[in-house]
Amino acid sequence: MTTTAIRVRESELQAAHAIHDVTLPSGEPWLHELKRGQTLRIVDLDGNQAADVIFYNRHDTDEHYSATETMLRQGGIYLTTDSVLYSSDGNPMLSIVADTCGRHDTLGGACAAESNTVRYALAKKFMHSCRDNYMLCIQESDSGLGKADLVPNVNFFMNVPVTGEGDLKFDDGVSGPGKYVELRAEMDLWVLVSNCPQLNNPCNAYNPTPVQFLIWD
Amino acid sequence: MLDSPVDVDTRWQQFAPDLDPAKLLFSEVIPGGCHWSWTLPRGTALRLTALQPGANLSLVLYAAREKLERYNMPDSLKAQHTAHYTRGHVLMSDMGRSMASIISDSLGWHDPLGLLLDARRLHEKYGTHDYQSFRNGMYRSGRDGLLIEIGKYGLSRRDLIAPVNFFSKVTVDEDGCFHYLPQHSPAGASVDLRLDIDVIVAVSAAPHPLDPRPDYAPSPVGVAVWRSGVAPADDYCRAFRPENARALYNSDLQYLA
Repeated sequence: MTTTAIRVRESELQAAHAIHDVTLPSGEPWLHELKRGQTLRIVDLDGNQAADVIFYNRHDTDEHYSATETMLRQGGIYLTTDSVLYSSDGNPMLSIVADTCGRHDTLGGACAAESNTVRYALAKKFMHSCRDNYMLCIQESDSGLGKADLVPNVNFFMNVPVTGEGDLKFDDGVSGPGKYVELRAEMDLWVLVSNCPQLNNPCNAYNPTPVQFLIWD
Repeated sequence: MLDSPVDVDTRWQQFAPDLDPAKLLFSEVIPGGCHWSWTLPRGTALRLTALQPGANLSLVLYAAREKLERYNMPDSLKAQHTAHYTRGHVLMSDMGRSMASIISDSLGWHDPLGLLLDARRLHEKYGTHDYQSFRNGMYRSGRDGLLIEIGKYGLSRRDLIAPVNFFSKVTVDEDGCFHYLPQHSPAGASVDLRLDIDVIVAVSAAPHPLDPRPDYAPSPVGVAVWRSGVAPADDYCRAFRPENARALYNSDLQYLA
């Protein structure tokens, strides 16, 4: 069982050798295939931006990223260098091979119009959200994904500690401009991203910003 | 209690004697390791009672009207800024509604972190106890039990969600590591879960996956369903947090007639 304290490790990979280099503005979704053995780097270009990501087995989307399997197998809640992201069927999906941020959240989930009404005010329901992003993206795709597949995700670059008294906190991020996390795919995957448009809480200093995705073979 | 000539389970009289017989609808006892499910209407409540020390009951909720709406662990935790459940907390759906409210609780901490025992871990930890050799003493994981139950409603493994583990306590330290508290729940610990919308409830009484006890000896759990009525205006859970008031309001909006 690994522990989940902050562990920082830099990557040797050169951006010039990446086969994909995509910058995703805030408030936008992205669905991309990642092949087994490929490496995905997510760069927090301007710092403390939430990249909300769900992974699926490319050949059987009923098998999805599982926050609970991942937490159970590593014995704790934070994702960092050497964390393995597990599927709902208990298979390794990705391994975090480098991480200059050092802590990522998988308890906080993705924002939604409906949860915004609960968390902030009923009048917030027309503001933009990650789950609306996910929904439109999968509606327009041929992935076969539907609402039931919008399961608890990874919030890259977010810091959501749990206290010994059992409270959940939303702390200032440990990320910063240019920090990145790098994951190696252990199976063929769909990567479903929402670059979070949340304007109601200070996690991103009320200023959602772009994130960059680099992929190497 | 519904009048019936069949073999109705009356053990609620032992494990929930304080319940008003006029409000009691039915009851049963889930043997340790076993699983069951019910479709239950808004305005009823589940009394869950641990019948031995160290119990665990993994529970999932789906909206009966639209099964795509289901209990959502992250939404519930972040809205209430909590990593434990007790009286006042509500279990929220992904659609911003309270599905169930904890209206009483003798224990003070139920585990919402969603960890679930699967067959691989069960066999590694406790050995294989199959039906051929052990008949009704066979072991079944919480995951397999819940997959059987939700399958009865057309839900598949893609639909299996992170459960609430009633009667269990898991804390998280500064490094983010889990610590399971053995024997958190005494025999007789009980919790009342009022249903705020029509739901499908599925449960498994298999052990918590972090339970360190080497022997497979899951506790039975008593379940009594009683007529609680819907959340009143001065409800404790509504007043507990403004988020909960809004989630219960969103539930009320589904029942306008």
